[in-house]
Amino acid sequence: MPNLKSPLLVSGGPEKRVFLGEVDAMAATHVAACYQCGKCSGGCPLSFAMDYQPRQIMRLVQMGLADEALASNTIWVCATCYTCTSRCPRDIDIAGVMDALRFMARRRGFRPGDRNVGVFHRSFLNGVKRFGRSHELMLFVEYKLGTMRLTEDLPLGAKMLAKNKMAILPEITKGRAEIAALFRESARGAEKGGDKL
Amino acid sequence: MSGQSARYAYYPGCSLHSTAREYNVSVRAVAQAAGVELVEVPDWNCCGATSAHATDPFLAFALPARVLLQAEESGLDILAPCAACYGRLMTAKEEAHRRPDLVARFEKAIGRKLGPAPRILNVLEFLAEPKVAETIAAGLKRPLTDLKVAPYYGCLLVRPSKVTRFDDAERPTSMDKILASVGATPVDFPGKTECCGASLGISRVDLVVELSGRIVQQAKHAGAEAIAVACPLCQTNLDGRQGTAAAKLGEAFGLPIYYITELVALALGVAPGRLGLGKHLTNSLALLRQKKLA
Repeated sequence: MPNLKSPLLVSGGPEKRVFLGEVDAMAATHVAACYQCGKCSGGCPLSFAMDYQPRQIMRLVQMGLADEALASNTIWVCATCYTCTSRCPRDIDIAGVMDALRFMARRRGFRPGDRNVGVFHRSFLNGVKRFGRSHELMLFVEYKLGTMRLTEDLPLGAKMLAKNKMAILPEITKGRAEIAALFRESARGAEKGGDKL
Repeated sequence: MSGQSARYAYYPGCSLHSTAREYNVSVRAVAQAAGVELVEVPDWNCCGATSAHATDPFLAFALPARVLLQAEESGLDILAPCAACYGRLMTAKEEAHRRPDLVARFEKAIGRKLGPAPRILNVLEFLAEPKVAETIAAGLKRPLTDLKVAPYYGCLLVRPSKVTRFDDAERPTSMDKILASVGATPVDFPGKTECCGASLGISRVDLVVELSGRIVQQAKHAGAEAIAVACPLCQTNLDGRQGTAAAKLGEAFGLPIYYITELVALALGVAPGRLGLGKHLTNSLALLRQKKLA
């Protein structure tokens, strides 16, 4: 059993390893152990839509190329299906690394490498903050206004409304004060920069 | 859980009260047929789904943790029929052991203590629970003879396996067995655990058409007449996007996408009219009529 924590393909001096250390700490994993076999890229159902393959993202992290990794569309196109994580022969939580890179990208002010995906996540969490539960119709409308993709999916949306598959009125969690407290704590933690995965 | 009156805490999640209402109906119908009581988690909230774990590490833990806290008082095992809710609850349960710092922040923010999490069941585990399995074994009123169904597991029931510890991440068989137990013919196909595109369903329609289309195509080519799912997002993507995918691929699909509980409820004799199968976007009644099951 190799020592998975020891740097294998890591290049450069300590200053190049700061980013690697941050990603490892956030995702509770060990990217240095990646030996570039490519199994993650081979099994990734969305690799065809990514600018960097998952294997290349691992390499960017190893090399300390933070800007390239954080600006990539890969981390936003990743659907977190965990195929890479479950197959990695070096036991690296690759999907967890994608989560960590998204957090860091947001915190460091990178624009999401896929704008629509970013707007979707923001709209979704806005809804939960508002009601405690997700209200699909309002999510749909907020997303449309946020992206100005007004006509896409209108026929599907109309069909779902006609079939009574989307509630017109939101359901509201009574313990909204608790939900609000959790959102406040999230914002406070992000300010302190103390979030780990 | 054993004994006369099997009871479970029930966490439907947001989808089962909206786009997946018919899933809620069929889960409850199966429970009723089996004499199992489902006690809805009081004042539950959203688990945060992909959007929380993709962008906010604290909420990714805290939202499902509050659901676990709300369920605590009942002292019952939790049934979570949505695969995404199930994945988030299981992850929060695992993180609660590993991350005392997150638990401390959560408890301080909410002013309540988080106790040990109970057992959390996905819908396939629920269907294999003694009372339900016994009801199925005791006699089917309407066996689904000659119905060829591809069991589609998707991602979050079986992955990450260190968290869900359920079935097999590459070749799961639990849904195959349930289908066989209600008289249907499970159709093995390569797309069993491929991803449907999940929450990209609204933001990257092009990608979801590609991924979901491929899964429906593989099931069709393997000889399936329908697909069974155990997740509202899988259902919505495979059901709602297969028309566009078929046109793009130059093929005809028309494969009904049933929730596994709809098929079990049918076999247990629940009237098709009660199940709301008309809510599916791809016609799901014609095939049942053709097989004299509706």
